[in-house]
Amino acid sequence: MKKGRIMAIRIFDVDLLRDAVEKMCGPVACDMPTDVRSAIETALTVEDAANAKSVLSELLKNYDIAADERIPICQDTGMVVIFLDVGFDVHFIGDPYEAIDEGVRRGYKNSALRMSVVGDPLRRVNTGDNTPALVTTRFVPGDRVTVTFLAKGFGSENMSRLAMLLPADGLEGVREFVVNTARNAGPNACPPLVIGVGIGGTFDHVALAAKRSLARDIGDHNPDPFYAELEQSILEEINRLGIGPQGLGGRTTALSVAIEVLPTHIAGLPVACNINCHVARHKQEVL
Amino acid sequence: MQSDDQVKRLRAPFTEEVARSLQSGDRILLSGVIYTLRDAGHKRLIELLESGGESPFPLKDAVLYYVGPTPATKGRVIGSAGPTTASRMDPYTPALIERGLRGMIGKGYRSESVVDAIKQYGAVYFAATGGAGALISRTILEAQIVAWDDLGTEALRRLVVKDLPLTVIIDSEGRNLYHDGPQAWRRSHGYED
Repeated sequence: MKKGRIMAIRIFDVDLLRDAVEKMCGPVACDMPTDVRSAIETALTVEDAANAKSVLSELLKNYDIAADERIPICQDTGMVVIFLDVGFDVHFIGDPYEAIDEGVRRGYKNSALRMSVVGDPLRRVNTGDNTPALVTTRFVPGDRVTVTFLAKGFGSENMSRLAMLLPADGLEGVREFVVNTARNAGPNACPPLVIGVGIGGTFDHVALAAKRSLARDIGDHNPDPFYAELEQSILEEINRLGIGPQGLGGRTTALSVAIEVLPTHIAGLPVACNINCHVARHKQEVL
Repeated sequence: MQSDDQVKRLRAPFTEEVARSLQSGDRILLSGVIYTLRDAGHKRLIELLESGGESPFPLKDAVLYYVGPTPATKGRVIGSAGPTTASRMDPYTPALIERGLRGMIGKGYRSESVVDAIKQYGAVYFAATGGAGALISRTILEAQIVAWDDLGTEALRRLVVKDLPLTVIIDSEGRNLYHDGPQAWRRSHGYED
C-alpha cells in the first residue's frame, strides 16, 4: 500500500448479492422493461401492415397480462447471464459465484420460472434449478458491486453469429455481416429483434462485447457519434428487409442495434452479432 | 397482403380435407384438443415408433404444439406457454406427418423436407406469437401430462384450448407466409427484391 493512503475496504457479505439476484428473477421474467415497451408502442404507430400491427398489439397485451398476473412474459425464462462489476475496494466474505447461483436457484423456484439449463452440453441432463448463471467479472473503481442481469432466451441466442472478418472488409463488411445475421434469424428469433454487436478485440472478447451491448437500454446510443450513426444506419437497413414482427411482413424487424467496440490486432476485424428477441429482459442493481 | 379481418374458427383434431382448405396467411382461432411436444419428446416419440411401439397419443389428424411451458402456479392449469422454434423438430417431423400428424404450431422456418411432407400428406404449419406466452396461457383450459413426465417442461401434454390465436404459415400447397409476407411488404414500399 502506498504511503499516506487511507485504507478503505468495504466488507461485503455475499448474502447481499444472493438476495439481490433472487429478487431480480421474478421481475425480470414478468415485467417488460419500459425501454422495450415504449419501443414496441412506437413501432405500432409506424407499422402499416395488418399482420404486423396485430402482432405488436398482442405483444403489448401480453406484457400487461404478464405484469398483472405475475406470469412470465415468455415461457423461455432464459439462462441467467450476469455482468458483475466489482469495486477495487470491495472485499467479499464468502463465494460471490455460489451466492449468485443460490440467488438464481431461489428466484427461479419462488417465481415458478422454467428451468432451462442442462449441466453438460452433450449429456443434456437438466440441472433442475436453472443454475449455473454465466458470470463475467470486471473490476472497477469504487466500493460498489453492480449486478447487470440478463435472462437470455435461446430462440434468439441460436441465431447469433460471429465472424473473423479481415481489416479490408472494413465498415461495409461489418454492416453486411450484421444485416445478413438479422435476415438469417428471420422469424426464428421472434422479431422485433434487439441486436447487440461487438466489433474488435479477440474471438472471445468480441462475443462478450456483443452480449454486454444487449444490457443497454433501447435508445442509448454508443457515445462515439461515428458508432451511434452506424447503429442507426444498420437498423434502418435491417428494417428495409420487410421481415417484420414475427416474420409475417412489416417495417419493424428490429427495435435497436447497439454496438460496443474494442481495440484489436492489426491483422483482424472480429465481429459478433448477438440476437435478442423482443423479450429483451435486462435489469441492473447497484449494491 | 392477406386480409386482416377474416378470422377462421377451427377445431382440433381435424382431417386432411380441412387442412387442405386452409391458406397461408389465414388467421385462425383454434379450439379443441392438441398435444405439446418439443425437442426431447420428439426424440423419444420417434425412437418409440421406429422400434415398433405405439404413440402415447392418437397421431392421426393430431395437432402438435411446440412448447415448453413454465410451471403452473396456484389457480392455473399451465404457466406461460408460447411457441418454441420449430426448425429444431424438422428432423423428426416428416416421419410424424407420414403417420398422420395433421397440424403443427410453432414459430420460425421449416426445412424443405417438412414442406414436402406438408404438401404430400395435406398438413399445415401454424405460427403462434413468440414471446406472448402469458396471453396464450389464457386460451389453455386444461393441461394434463400424458407421458414422459421425467422430461419436465418437455413432457407430452394434452391441452384443451379455446380460441388459440394462430396464423397459417405453410399451407398444403406449399405457400409460405415467411416468404410472401416480407416480399409483399418490400414490394409495396419500393424495396424490390
